[in-house]
Amino acid sequence: MATGELNELYLRRRRTAYDKFIDSSFKNVAITMASMVALILVAILIVVFWGSNESMGRYGLKFLVTSSWNPVDDKYGIATAVYGTIITSLLSLLIAIPLGVGTAVFITENIVPTKIRNIIGVFVELLAAIPSVVLGLWAIFVMVPLLKPILTLLYKLFNWIPFFSSEPIGPGLGITPAILILVVMILPIITAISRDSLNQVPINLREAAYGVGATRWGAITNVILPAALSGITGGVLLALGRAMGETMAVAMIIGNSNNFSWSLLGPGNTIAAMLANQFSEADGIQISSLYYAAFVLMLLTLAVNIISQLIVKRLSLKY
Amino acid sequence: MKITTPELAMQKNTLDLYYKPDLRRNIVNNSLTLLSALFSIVAITPLVLVLGYVIIKGASKISIDLFTQLPPAVGLDGGGIGNAILGTVIVTSIAAMIAIPFGVGGGIYLAEYAREGSFSKFIRFGTNVLAGVPSIITGVFVYDIIVSSKLLFGSSYSAIAGGMALSILMLPTVIKTTDEGLKLVPDNLRKGSLGVGASKFVTITRITLPMAFTPIATGIVLSIARAAGETAPLIFTAGFSQFWPTAGNLLSGQIATLSVLIFNFSQEPYEVQRELAWAASFILVVFIFTINIFSRWLGRFTSK
Repeated sequence: MATGELNELYLRRRRTAYDKFIDSSFKNVAITMASMVALILVAILIVVFWGSNESMGRYGLKFLVTSSWNPVDDKYGIATAVYGTIITSLLSLLIAIPLGVGTAVFITENIVPTKIRNIIGVFVELLAAIPSVVLGLWAIFVMVPLLKPILTLLYKLFNWIPFFSSEPIGPGLGITPAILILVVMILPIITAISRDSLNQVPINLREAAYGVGATRWGAITNVILPAALSGITGGVLLALGRAMGETMAVAMIIGNSNNFSWSLLGPGNTIAAMLANQFSEADGIQISSLYYAAFVLMLLTLAVNIISQLIVKRLSLKY
Repeated sequence: MKITTPELAMQKNTLDLYYKPDLRRNIVNNSLTLLSALFSIVAITPLVLVLGYVIIKGASKISIDLFTQLPPAVGLDGGGIGNAILGTVIVTSIAAMIAIPFGVGGGIYLAEYAREGSFSKFIRFGTNVLAGVPSIITGVFVYDIIVSSKLLFGSSYSAIAGGMALSILMLPTVIKTTDEGLKLVPDNLRKGSLGVGASKFVTITRITLPMAFTPIATGIVLSIARAAGETAPLIFTAGFSQFWPTAGNLLSGQIATLSVLIFNFSQEPYEVQRELAWAASFILVVFIFTINIFSRWLGRFTSK
């Protein structure tokens, strides 16, 4: 072989400048696209914070404990919406946790044949796929009318308790229907995540528990659930974040009242619902106050999400 | 379960191996099983109820007019929701066109270039956090930077703004599924490809991405279904319109979508509008469920 030919072969072993350029620019493009996530996240925080500047300067932290939303004298405070956000999400969680974890146990433990378990699993996943606006529509026209007599009865029996101290008015929109619809929305999340964590519990643990003679629920409550606890807690917190930020279904049925009341039977508001209903028509200090409210909501959900991620990481299975 | 000695002693006297249903542990056990079954039934009841109503109320309204006509003016009868169906398709497509390249690109970076390391850890964390940002906030964000500033085409509400808001919602899902999908590709393939002299770019585009196509496609399809049903970010980005989008304002004008139509019409006191809202729900739910079932079918190929 002539030296020239060898040289040429040797040269061809190297990538051309064009190939190298493609290769490195592909990497750069990928990095840029990955960075978009961080960029968007920071940009959202800045935009919302910037928008709330005027209101923040004017009302300060008192904004959180004032319950007045009065465009006429420009007095704004979101105590009603903060209360609504927290009470609806916490109470819906309280109902959804036993339902969701119970369902997850039912479809992971060997109680009924696999076929039935799969069907229930698919149903719960499909429930998660229903758009919230459709759930809201159903709630307005089907659930709320059905619920109204029950709420009225609750008012008549328990109106000495602050939580039941106002009569359901008008069509019956209010906080309780919002809580129930939130249960429907977060149930699939809790079920899906609990199911995944239960499935990840090592089979040895189960076998050992059954081997020493535990009953099914002895094994579940003493061995399997504690082993899956970190995953389930993460899922519950994720659901809490979702419940706080859930907008459409709640905005459609919570009644949008900014008058503070402890009562769960009457209308109320949440931050997300307030944004949905007022944002496009507001201006001046009102829109700034809405940005402020959005900022508060953002901080709340961020905190919940970050804690949930830390919990999942910190407590993840050690078996 | 605690087994106390007296209990053991008692059992010794009557020791047999038959199952005793009246023991406390068995009663507790059975009642808890029953309770969990009950919870499962309660958990799937809303699905049955909502679907039942949507089908009963919506399916009866299905007609050609529904797909080809505009919503009627207040007080008039008939009409359809053709513009909203078209609008949902347009806005969702815009969102997909933005979110898929960015999401797949980001996922490729995470899985192929920087599996470990603080930067990718940070990006993964950010992806999870972004997934938890309430959808209404992304609406506020896009409203601020695009709608109120009239950044694009000097128009305020537009299909593009709506699509961008939806794409922010889709982005975390697409990144995550790409990341996880690529991680499932065996490392041997990558090493083999690099070993025969392929560049990283060729390895990714010819070997790993095609291998991971099904899980990525499944995730993308599911995120599109989610986006199609989202309302909150669209109310003040895409707005609403009673008319057909025209060629001139297809991207820059206000545009109707099924989800915003359901929201708006549910607040109106007129029966005709409400009926249309139910019909729109039916179409939306059928669309989303079809996609879901399709993605399930697609997902079957992954498990092999």
